[in-house]
Amino acid sequence: MEYLIGIQGPDFVLVAADTVAASSIIQMKHDYDKMFKLSEKILLLCVGEAGDTVQFAEYIQKNVQLYKMRNGYELSPAAAANFTRKNLADYLRSRTPYHVNLLLAGFDEADGPSLYYMDYLSALAKAPFAAHGYGAFLTLSILDRYYRPDLSRDEAVDLLKKCVEELNKRFILNLKSFSVRLIDREGIHDLERLPLPQQ
Amino acid sequence: MAAQHVRSLTCILVRLTVLNNSKGKEMGCHPGFGQLSHSGTTYGNFFLSRTDNPGQFQHGVIVAVDSRATAGSYIASQTVKKVIEINPYLLGTMAGGAADCSFWERLLARQCRVYELRNKERISVAAASKLLANMVYQYKGMGLSMGTMVCGWDKRGPGLYYVDSEGNRVGGDLFAVGSGSMYAYGVVDSGLRPELSVEEACELGRRAIYQATYRDAYSGGVVNLYRVHSQGWERVSQDDVLQLHQQYKAEAQD
Repeated sequence: MEYLIGIQGPDFVLVAADTVAASSIIQMKHDYDKMFKLSEKILLLCVGEAGDTVQFAEYIQKNVQLYKMRNGYELSPAAAANFTRKNLADYLRSRTPYHVNLLLAGFDEADGPSLYYMDYLSALAKAPFAAHGYGAFLTLSILDRYYRPDLSRDEAVDLLKKCVEELNKRFILNLKSFSVRLIDREGIHDLERLPLPQQ
Repeated sequence: MAAQHVRSLTCILVRLTVLNNSKGKEMGCHPGFGQLSHSGTTYGNFFLSRTDNPGQFQHGVIVAVDSRATAGSYIASQTVKKVIEINPYLLGTMAGGAADCSFWERLLARQCRVYELRNKERISVAAASKLLANMVYQYKGMGLSMGTMVCGWDKRGPGLYYVDSEGNRVGGDLFAVGSGSMYAYGVVDSGLRPELSVEEACELGRRAIYQATYRDAYSGGVVNLYRVHSQGWERVSQDDVLQLHQQYKAEAQD
């Protein structure tokens, strides 16, 4: 039902998530933000079971901030991703596992942009592009076909639009709008919502 | 004796502002098995002004609930109070397990008071709803059944949050909760306009609950209407659903 997508470029990462908060068959909210800002240049996109998503994402968010306060510098995206994975793995075989699927996107001064795919079984993979949800079945092949490592920002947004068009065309659920953000050397930028809001 | 469920709670929350901001929350709960539970439609409608004009007068949050409790197909009570008065500026609605709702919301009231004593200022609606959400999250998967809307007024203006025992917590302008929530959504979504006055919004809430009680077997009794404004909450009206039926029927024939 929920959809996340991330596309990494040579010096940026583009991420998008649908903005529906649903409860069984009802849309409780249609402008819900599923992205959590871990630091100035790291975003965590989180979907999954009700309650677990917010609780886990905020837990990671606060711990990343705590690291910065204690040590004076921020966790890198790779370190944050592995920290997140370790936490997910530790809880996996406990009485209260977190059923969440994540995308972690960040920009590191030294290593450049990075996108990490993580699922509820605590698998972690660094990938040039990734998606979660039923929508991923429809859009991963589009990304396979048209992705290039040297995409410009506009080309990446076009690729994202292609994916959204496919969802609107073939996906049984109506995912009306997506929040889109771009991370680069300067930080996190909000891009226009897709599709453009109707007047 | 078999436990009772308050199955249908029709609650409509309407938040009105002059700038036509309305927010509503609705809660719906499925009845538990063998426990007294409240469920029904709670609808909260909150209109929130999206303009950049913060100094606008706001009408507040309108909360409408029904009052029926059921145990299976037996109507246990028609006079249940599904709105809990947490403090003079915060209301909570109940849907789901009756014991769960009233217990946890009373506990929330206690926590809100402790917050006030410690911080010498009123708790915000967001913080109050987060306290409740965190409390019930500890018991996730252990069989709690609670769907509530926390409505109030704080320094950011009117506030409306839906919190349930699954761990959901969302803030919004309009929610409907309960077994009859979908019927209420239909009426409210189609009747909602930016320029509703307070009376019109109250009437919309009342009508939405009435329509839900009409279609949903587990909703009924009376429609209790509250309004939360900048000075706190006030009880607006209580109308028997059967009388509303006669009234609307007569109006339709005019």
